[in-house]
Amino acid sequence: MTEAARNPMDPADETAIAPSHGRDLFSKFDALIAEREALLDTGVRDPFGLVMEQVLSPTRAIIKGKETILLGTYNYMGMTFDPDVVAAGKQALDDYGAGTTGSRVLNGTYQGHREVEEALKDYYGTAHAMVFSTGYQANLGLMATIAGKEDYIILDADSHASIYDGCALGNAQIVRFRHNSVEDLERRLKRLPPEGGRLVVLEGVYSMLGDIAPLKEMVEVAKRHGAMVVVDEAHGMGFFGEKGRGVFEEAGVEDQVDFVVGTFSKSVGTVGGFIVSNHPKFEVLRLVCRPYVFTASLPPSVVATAATSIRKLMHAGEKRAHLWENSRRLHQGLRELGFTLATPEPQSAIIAVLLADQQTTVLMWQALLEAGVYVNMARPPATPAGMYLLRCSLCAEHSREEVGRILEMFAAAGRATGVIA
Amino acid sequence: MTDRDEIFDKVSQLIAPFNKKGVTLAEATTFAGDLEWDSLIVMDFVASVEDEFDILITMNMQAEIETVGQLVDAVEQLRSDS
Repeated sequence: MTEAARNPMDPADETAIAPSHGRDLFSKFDALIAEREALLDTGVRDPFGLVMEQVLSPTRAIIKGKETILLGTYNYMGMTFDPDVVAAGKQALDDYGAGTTGSRVLNGTYQGHREVEEALKDYYGTAHAMVFSTGYQANLGLMATIAGKEDYIILDADSHASIYDGCALGNAQIVRFRHNSVEDLERRLKRLPPEGGRLVVLEGVYSMLGDIAPLKEMVEVAKRHGAMVVVDEAHGMGFFGEKGRGVFEEAGVEDQVDFVVGTFSKSVGTVGGFIVSNHPKFEVLRLVCRPYVFTASLPPSVVATAATSIRKLMHAGEKRAHLWENSRRLHQGLRELGFTLATPEPQSAIIAVLLADQQTTVLMWQALLEAGVYVNMARPPATPAGMYLLRCSLCAEHSREEVGRILEMFAAAGRATGVIA
Repeated sequence: MTDRDEIFDKVSQLIAPFNKKGVTLAEATTFAGDLEWDSLIVMDFVASVEDEFDILITMNMQAEIETVGQLVDAVEQLRSDS
């Protein structure tokens, strides 16, 4: 008789997954595991383990059986349930099937991928548009590919993880400047050796605090020092500028920006990423950009919803105005209640409430959820300067009444947790 | 005092505001281990060193620098290059 071989994937056999020799590779996470357990042992709900059981609309979902107002999505323009968008997705499922099972450069480019790139070119008024499977991959691909070993990428210290990860994937020399500091950027540009290319990486809206970049000044400085410029407009597309292109449009620097990176997972309301550009050699990126080549393309239903949504966003002036009104009202209301906010005025659709520490932040987050509003909790290292935040992001579909209800719930939760008097 | 000593002293002064535990600084003092700095402190500190010496310490170089002594060597090298 032989003993049954141990199956390392058998969840019932805990001994099977312990390594027989050498250090457990998971031991590096022990401090984080302990911190998390200590927090959950206090009886609070896990802010990073929430499940939306049903989604009723861009602004409502059922969470733990309770109807909850969503104030922590990036559904800025409320396009996820737009009837035309949903219909386009259903039609594409019928016509083209569930997925492409292939890379954009092989069997993964369908008519719909072409059409969404055409929609982007029309939206941004550019000669080229390249669609990736996520916004993360768009940044990963651009940073890793466009700058080589002899080149310099100069980026804002508060840049999104996808920008940092793209730098880590590539070989360029990476230089950081202090967040949103034009002087700091210029000092560093002046210190660069004359040889080598230069790419300055900026974001229109920085998503943790909801602050915007002084793009007019920054782009001017970057151009004066011979750099190419990329602006990530993930959180600005849809409601900044006359055409809704982003902060760079509002700043009047459209003709100076070499690349705009964006996403379908925020205002567009689905998933996907893109780069638009007027550079005459831009199309070569389709052959050399690994996060474009070595992954499956977006499903036909996704690109169909994205194309429909982008075309509708071109004529969304009223929604845009209502979103800004919501942002202004929430900012003013929270300030009047006595909360500390990350920006002195509402600069975007993100309003970040600053709190003292993790415990207070989780308690406040939970009190809000139990009252019926979901916000994002954000903590270091995702946040700058070790901040604990409750991040509120508004939607054009939040009604005036909903914003009023949200403020009432913030007042009650703030008093219950002692955050406000 | 050699150039290198001067750089060491200047670097020590720049470390001071971030040296919350009052660790005594030596060549072998490590930023992550002894000083317990996280990535946010490193960013602020590197920016202050860059501005003090009018140099650039790329993130690629930062990845190789673990001790105060290694940083002083890097500053000395970068100053002579520029």
